[in-house]
Amino acid sequence: MSIDRRIADDLVANGVSFVTTVPCKQLAGVIEEIDQRDDIFHIPSNKEDEGMGLCAGAWMGGKRPAIIMQNTAIGVTINTLATLIQYYRMPLPMLISYRGELREPVACQVEMAVHTKALLAQLNIPTYHFHWQKDVEEFDNILKYTFMCNKPVAILTDANFWGGYGDQ
Amino acid sequence: MIRSEILKEIAPILRDQLVVCNIGIPSQELHAIDDQPTNFYMLGTMGLASSIGLGLALAQPKPVIVIDGDGSVLTNLGTLPTIANNEANNYILMIIDNGSYGSTGDQPTYTGRKTSLAGMARAAGCENVVEVQDVDTGKALQAAIDGGKMTVMVVKCDSGNAKMPVITMDPVVIRDRFMQAVAS
Repeated sequence: MSIDRRIADDLVANGVSFVTTVPCKQLAGVIEEIDQRDDIFHIPSNKEDEGMGLCAGAWMGGKRPAIIMQNTAIGVTINTLATLIQYYRMPLPMLISYRGELREPVACQVEMAVHTKALLAQLNIPTYHFHWQKDVEEFDNILKYTFMCNKPVAILTDANFWGGYGDQ
Repeated sequence: MIRSEILKEIAPILRDQLVVCNIGIPSQELHAIDDQPTNFYMLGTMGLASSIGLGLALAQPKPVIVIDGDGSVLTNLGTLPTIANNEANNYILMIIDNGSYGSTGDQPTYTGRKTSLAGMARAAGCENVVEVQDVDTGKALQAAIDGGKMTVMVVKCDSGNAKMPVITMDPVVIRDRFMQAVAS
């Protein structure tokens, strides 16, 4: 089974039915998979803080949300994470492509990669790092954990996890 | 009219509706004028009222009214195409456009100069956009509720704030009672 299908299956099995995405090349497959699922309403956002607003509203409306985005978005969303998602105590699984890690071909991506875990730690956001394909087995438990504790939770997925970046 | 006068006038219309209210003085004014469990007050996160409201409207069938401001919409302009392309007929975005950043000292925004939010909403693909003067807000809002179509209202009014107390209610209490009202 592909990682993309496994992730979409786990989202559906955990009742996640509202997913917003801002694309990344590494995430293209999982975004396409989610877009095709009848059980998931997929709403692309133009910026990640906008997407977190959509997720907050959807959750208050009775849906379980998730956001899929790149780690550069941590720089965009710190205020939203602190003053909306955490302040009002809302659950938000964040499936994040961890650009700038091993097997990354674009040097500029490393500049945010070196801050990513530190920023998440500063925000006290539970953070998991998927490096090997078998790490996807944790995803189901992470989703359950997120909706148990009503917190934003980060799942960083690097190029090695996705089988490399493009032809690298 | 200034925003607080408009809110006083439309409070009876808002009372039974789900309302997502913009950060800062707009929420303080609505809270002081007519606090209801059906009101979700934003205490931070400038710009996201329209997005929170859209997520709520797409997730459940009750009408959702977002009270937003020109300055806040300008900080989150990406919201307009998302609203246009994910049509929720239970969604009303009411932008109180007083041409200023009210909560920070009434500094002017660009909507008081060349920029038209109604024009931007139409260009983003929103099909039902109305621009109204302050005195006509109640009539236009009621028509939008009765019309059952996704509507963007741009309410042109004067700049100015009423002196209202800061909201001291705990955010989790605001959110929890709002969720109970949504589910009831």
